[in-house]
Amino acid sequence: MMIRCEGLSKHFLMHIREGTRIEAFRDVSFQLAPGEFLGIGGPSGAGKSSLLKCLYRTYLPSRGNVWYEDANGRTCNVATADEHEVLRLRRQEIGYISQFFPVIPRVSALDTIANSMVARGFPREAGLQRARELLERLAIPRALWQMSPSTFSGGEKQRINIIHGVIAQPRLLFLDEPTASLDSRSASEAISLIRELKSQGTAMIGVFHDMNVLRSLSDAVLMLERAAPAKDEH
Amino acid sequence: MGDTAASPAPAPDAVILAVENLEKRYGPGCESCLALTGPDHSTNVCPRCGSVTALRLISFDLREGEILGVVGESGSGKSTLVQCIYFDLDATGGRMRFDGQNDAADVTRLPRIEKRRLRGRLMGMVYQNPMRGLRLDITSGANVAEKLLEAEVFHFSRIRGRAQSLLDRTEIPASYIDWPPRTLSGGMQQRIQIAKALANNPPLLLLDEVTSGLDVSVQARVLDLIRELQREMGISMIVVSHDMGVIRLLADRTLVMKNGGIVEQGLTDQILEDPQHPYTQLLVHSTL
Repeated sequence: MMIRCEGLSKHFLMHIREGTRIEAFRDVSFQLAPGEFLGIGGPSGAGKSSLLKCLYRTYLPSRGNVWYEDANGRTCNVATADEHEVLRLRRQEIGYISQFFPVIPRVSALDTIANSMVARGFPREAGLQRARELLERLAIPRALWQMSPSTFSGGEKQRINIIHGVIAQPRLLFLDEPTASLDSRSASEAISLIRELKSQGTAMIGVFHDMNVLRSLSDAVLMLERAAPAKDEH
Repeated sequence: MGDTAASPAPAPDAVILAVENLEKRYGPGCESCLALTGPDHSTNVCPRCGSVTALRLISFDLREGEILGVVGESGSGKSTLVQCIYFDLDATGGRMRFDGQNDAADVTRLPRIEKRRLRGRLMGMVYQNPMRGLRLDITSGANVAEKLLEAEVFHFSRIRGRAQSLLDRTEIPASYIDWPPRTLSGGMQQRIQIAKALANNPPLLLLDEVTSGLDVSVQARVLDLIRELQREMGISMIVVSHDMGVIRLLADRTLVMKNGGIVEQGLTDQILEDPQHPYTQLLVHSTL
């Protein structure tokens, strides 16, 4: 097993809203081996994105464990791990493709993507070479390659986002609606990229709006339900 | 999951700076100071003795190549913290251990000469106000040279060459090396400060509100420069800012300060998206 999630729950305590407690999801458990894809389904508001953010530690889980076995065969609990360890895993092993691309202003599309590979220890030339291949494949016009993605359309940004996440070949990849803003041709090209990465052994956990896509990619599907209204319990 | 034999843990990144219980107090202090001031009391002033506790029980470590953000409103102690680390201010308690040292040293017992040596060899500082970091009426080159002398580089042509290449690296036109900073724009003064701070090739760079007061386009260029330098040189940084955008762009981890104490610390994305402490929630939700 690469990742084993046990009884993971998340609620938010909004101190600035008189201590309102908002439950995101409750008691989620699953496990995943290399090369497997776990699809997350459920209505909006069921906590799908929140679950991914907890697994990536952008959100602090309220309860439960996320056991992750790293490339060296060491296991750590991402839910409570030291921040330096989480940063190391993000840098070297765990990727995240979100709905919105956090562009770094004034860095060209080509460099943004290549840097993602360089950060994982590949030579710069190899990064640029692979970046060009993928930009070509996802049909980003050449005229845009040297421009910053902050000026791109939503769909173009999202394709850069996908390439950026895929190119680093993470061991574990979280996908949050990566194809939502793409036309069908780019979407299917993106999905074939994701499939290739999976076949190379990357484990993935993904949220897809389109149930057909979700079912076709997933080895298992975890359905989340909309959390019950907040109750007085801890 | 013990089904595979675990290989030895990868060596963690070196600790560039470890700070333990750093404290800065103005006034005589009393036994109640720590108990009656700080974030929970929303004051720095001790009701018993009137002393001001500007920093209290500050502990953290900074790893090689890491950027640590420090946020908090005015008066929270952010600038005091970096100034105590840089020995501009004398901390009144606590211990610090720099890269290459075996033990944390009691900061109140460090001899002046040792502070000067640590600062000359290991640290660079960029202040919000260029007037603090630069002498505005001597040439830009001489400003950079001053830092090199502090780092015990004495050879004239080496100093001149190094100053030239640093100013070049921070995008100051070559002809400006003999101009005093007073005659240059705010953005350029800030870049000269950065060149000066980097002169001794420090493993640790302290940046105190360096982009505040610059207009957005100039701010953007200074931030780009900092990011590039970090990537090229792998330098560790402590970035103090009240601007969450600056922190989001630069910092891996972030400390949140209030009334001289740390109320929360965590991964920068966690601090911004899932703040735990009421004060951090207020701070994050107050940003535009």
